[in-house]
Amino acid sequence: MHPSRPAPTRLDLLGAMLRIRAYEEKIVAFHERGPFPHVCTSVGQEATAVGVVSALHPDDQILTNHRSAGHLLARGADPGRLLAEVMGRSTGYCKGRSGTLHISAKELGVILTSTIVGGELSLAPGVALSRSLLGGEGIVVCFFGDGAACEGIFHESLNLASVWNLPVLYVCENNQWQAFVHRKETMVGDHIAPWAASYGMDSLTVDGNDAEAVLEAATRAAAQVRATRRPFLLEAWTYRQRGHMEPHDQSYVDPAEIQAWLAKDPIARLEDRLLASGELTRESLEALRAEARAAMEAAADFATASPYPDPSELTAGVYA
Amino acid sequence: MSLMTAHEALDQAVAEEMQRDARVLMFGEGVATKRKHLLDAFGPQRVRNTPLAEGIIAGTAAGAAATGLRPVVDLLFAPFLCFAMDEIVNSAGKLRYMSGGQFSFPMVVVTMTGGGWTVGAQHNHNLEAWFVHSPGLKVVMPSTPEDFKGLMKAAIRDENPVLFFMDMALAFVPGEVPEGEVFVPLGQAAIRREGTEVTLISYAKTVHTCLAAAETLAEQGISAEVIDLRTLKPLDEATILASVRKTGRAVVVHEASRLCGVGAEVTALLSEQAFDALKAPVVRLTGPDAPAPSSYPLEQAFTPQAEAIVQAAAQLVARSPEVAPIW
Ligand SMILES: Cc1ncc(C[n+]2csc(CCOP(=O)(O)OP(=O)(O)O)c2C)c(N)n1
Repeated sequence: MHPSRPAPTRLDLLGAMLRIRAYEEKIVAFHERGPFPHVCTSVGQEATAVGVVSALHPDDQILTNHRSAGHLLARGADPGRLLAEVMGRSTGYCKGRSGTLHISAKELGVILTSTIVGGELSLAPGVALSRSLLGGEGIVVCFFGDGAACEGIFHESLNLASVWNLPVLYVCENNQWQAFVHRKETMVGDHIAPWAASYGMDSLTVDGNDAEAVLEAATRAAAQVRATRRPFLLEAWTYRQRGHMEPHDQSYVDPAEIQAWLAKDPIARLEDRLLASGELTRESLEALRAEARAAMEAAADFATASPYPDPSELTAGVYA
Repeated sequence: MSLMTAHEALDQAVAEEMQRDARVLMFGEGVATKRKHLLDAFGPQRVRNTPLAEGIIAGTAAGAAATGLRPVVDLLFAPFLCFAMDEIVNSAGKLRYMSGGQFSFPMVVVTMTGGGWTVGAQHNHNLEAWFVHSPGLKVVMPSTPEDFKGLMKAAIRDENPVLFFMDMALAFVPGEVPEGEVFVPLGQAAIRREGTEVTLISYAKTVHTCLAAAETLAEQGISAEVIDLRTLKPLDEATILASVRKTGRAVVVHEASRLCGVGAEVTALLSEQAFDALKAPVVRLTGPDAPAPSSYPLEQAFTPQAEAIVQAAAQLVARSPEVAPIW
């Protein structure tokens, strides 16, 4: 038996999303004060991160892309060490060598954040091959965007994972944008999920702004990967609420599109549901938000107080 | 001793390492078909054919290496490395450092290069310097079957990604390989012939050209030392420097083109660290800045030949003052 966690409650899901949002808001605040490293935030995509990661077991492994903070935090990353890494401090997950764009956290099973769009897709079959050959029941989750899905390596990755029966749960966060280009300009059709059929792979599209729906879909998908040791493609239909990177700029986006998606904000949706059901009150919600913000204040204090790496270590660790 | 080709030696090394360590596996286009004895010995889990997709082959190797396996991948011909550059250079080469040392990438990428098979520029491109220039990678390019075996074993056991270039002209030339364990540590050059007046520095097939040139030079009364670099990264600077400090002259020979090639690095090393010992400028004999031609005579013209090495070495010896000035 592999270890598993109890299924998260709706309040757990909300709490995790609030923490991610508070983290990104802290990043934005740092930017407004500037200077601060460029960061790609995942505001608006919290339900995907929390829904998918909550469906995982501790021995599952994760590869992700440049918008990885939500995935890492949902996996239990310490926000202080995460921020410290973004700020290039030696207390960061990668000793300040990664910065925001390539964070790994082996202790959390996070193998890679790739800022080469598609890099995560290229490594995922190999990580899953290790799982197959070295034993263990864990599966490998690979997060990527609709932009990455338009690359050749996406097709190479799905094809090989299918031909070799590798336990990879591919999760496409279709957030409508590929940096400064709308997906409509670069791909045929709206969805990535149907492409999986060409590789003999099952797939599912889920409302990526509904944390409960994502959790349910991801739990089913992950269970199928666990049982069959075969890959599966889950597409989460969601939206990047901020510009491609900080500082925020969405001047090139149709304001009507932004408004329509803001109305489907994943956090507000779950809050409304919980308020309606009586699981939350206005006060308890405010307390949750305050708790998330306080955690990020503490994280920011930790990161800001952390030392930079010593320049004498510049070339340490290039080779094993 | 037994006589075998570089191709067979490489195979033997992989088989022995797979025997020794269950984490070693090999995959690539046609690997399980062409190396059927490996498939028979180790089964389809550890010896695999892949699609014609170098990016995912290299990426899968990197992902597997990061998480506990020790893959050897065959990417066939060096120009195909262009499809695998991201995975080799950006992932395998960089992620150890970027992760603050959390992951290692013990993997070997085997690839063929060099003139001799008249396959032309899309199958023959001496790209080794690209990878020497990339942090986190190691690069080997052997010249004898014994070294193919010994360096492959060292490459498989190394914790870092190693690019293993096979000069095609050497693939099926037999040579002596000792019985029992053959292991050649990465980063150690070999002195193939001792000499006192000029050092010929090379790797892969042109080592043999240098040895032929050294014979001719000996007939002319010139004593040439021949160094086989074997590993291009890490480069055995000590052996190069010691030899040239002794001889005072150097000819660096390789088939890859000159600009920013390995020869440029060796020459710079000598000017930085052995300047006082030099009796004459360092000479480079390399391939031209042109795609590799297919036609046999053009391929030969592309590759440094022994006569040119003899001529360069003889000129270096002739021009240099053997006796110190008397003023
Ligand atoms: C190979 C590569 N090409 C281009 C870029 C520049 N770039 C960074 S993010 C991005 C957009 C990626 O879009 P998508 O995969 O949909 O992910 P999203 O940013 O929407 O989460 C681009 C083009 C890159 N980092 N890597």
